[in-house]
Amino acid sequence: MSELRKTPLHDIHQSLGAKMVPFGGWHMPVQYSGILDEHRAVREAAGLFDVSHMGEIDIKGPHALDFVQMVTTNDASRLHAGQAQYSLFCNHNGGIVDDTLAYKISDGHYMLCVNASNTEKDFSWIKRQCTPDFDAEVTNVSSHYAQLAIQGPKAVGILNSLADKDLSSIPHFCFDYANLDGIDAMVSRTGYTGEDGFEIYLSPEKAAQLWQSIMKAGEKDGIKPIGLGARDTLRLEMKYSLYGNDISGETSPLEANLGWVVKFHKSDFIGKEALLGQKETGIKKKLVCLIVDGREIPRPGYEVYLDGRNIGLVTSGTKSPSLGRGVAMAYVENGLDKEGQSLQIMIRNKGVEARVINPPFYKKST
Amino acid sequence: MGFPVELKYTSEHEWIRIEGDIAYIGVTDYAQEALGDVVFLEIPEVGSEIEKGETFGVVESVKAVSDLYAPLSGEVTKANEVLVDTPELINEHPYDDGWMIAIKMSDTEELKELMNADDYETYIEENG
Repeated sequence: MSELRKTPLHDIHQSLGAKMVPFGGWHMPVQYSGILDEHRAVREAAGLFDVSHMGEIDIKGPHALDFVQMVTTNDASRLHAGQAQYSLFCNHNGGIVDDTLAYKISDGHYMLCVNASNTEKDFSWIKRQCTPDFDAEVTNVSSHYAQLAIQGPKAVGILNSLADKDLSSIPHFCFDYANLDGIDAMVSRTGYTGEDGFEIYLSPEKAAQLWQSIMKAGEKDGIKPIGLGARDTLRLEMKYSLYGNDISGETSPLEANLGWVVKFHKSDFIGKEALLGQKETGIKKKLVCLIVDGREIPRPGYEVYLDGRNIGLVTSGTKSPSLGRGVAMAYVENGLDKEGQSLQIMIRNKGVEARVINPPFYKKST
Repeated sequence: MGFPVELKYTSEHEWIRIEGDIAYIGVTDYAQEALGDVVFLEIPEVGSEIEKGETFGVVESVKAVSDLYAPLSGEVTKANEVLVDTPELINEHPYDDGWMIAIKMSDTEELKELMNADDYETYIEENG
């Protein structure tokens, strides 16, 4: 096994006493003060995440848009410079290669942010699709960027206090360039928690300095460093899919309830034919949200039953810190995905009652 | 991290407090630290029999599920039902409020296989 890679913030994580784990080939913090404490901080105040393990792929050239349209399922022609969209790469069978945030930097320049563990796979897959017909250049620029995420109700105010311009005016799913306490960065109004906040792309050399600046600026608001453990519970409460758990090469966007990022009206894209076929003939399984009635906690790999018949599989599950209940994402037979449908999750040979609910699990009280 | 000298320990990171022929069982400070926030506990009912080396319950943190292994054989005489509602006591007070079950030992010979605090601390240093 090759050695784990370290982000530019590795020393900071260790000095904070983080529990470190291998994740997608990287040595990453899974928790600092504790998953429940960190989860609460993000829901109630603010949290700072090191997500430098994420990959970035540049698409540049006169045909950059045409090429992005070919390799992704969403409609990138709708992006103006300074906008981002959630999108997918699909294979020819309609299976998901990865999910991505596609940024339009300028005409002829897009940046795709991809999952850490998939970066190499995505890069070589995208590069293979870039036939000579396309006048576009595909570059893995992951090593050019560190990435921090600041999320939570206090996040915008905290980051704004360090910025040379008003970041609160950046609309959701848009980005701008700003100077943060002397550091140039690309600031994107996006996240993976369901809270307001930003994802910040910057030079790896400046990452530790910006981390310290943000922690200091957020101190009075109760900002905390957040590890992968809480990142997972936060995204699960929002029903955001995690590649490798809820979506994979074996699942299609239609099954995963991600049909909203598949735009059939645009011209050809990889996987279109297969997905159109699925749309016509119908899909067999569907990703649903399940909430457990009792105290038990569903986990990935647990089977789902209806009246003694195995009809599905849990792909993500935990005890939701916000709800205090066991929650799961599970693929179940199509037709059993309606709100209120009662199902049983097999937990240690016992069928535990659960119900299908409409996403997200966590609904912010306003 | 502390390991009270009056307790016995196992390589599965459980502690045992002996009171006559009764043994109280819980998980160690090291175990609760490794688990992280405990959010679920399943323990046997009073009257059930547990056998040394067999699983007698389950403890779950936010991230992981861990089996609990019986350090001794016997009949469960008490189960700490308080933990079902407040499993976080296992993190906060692993050696007192965090006790899980008490059993009436069926074979006190099994006690010989348990570690004392010094041995357990050495075991963690070497295997932790």
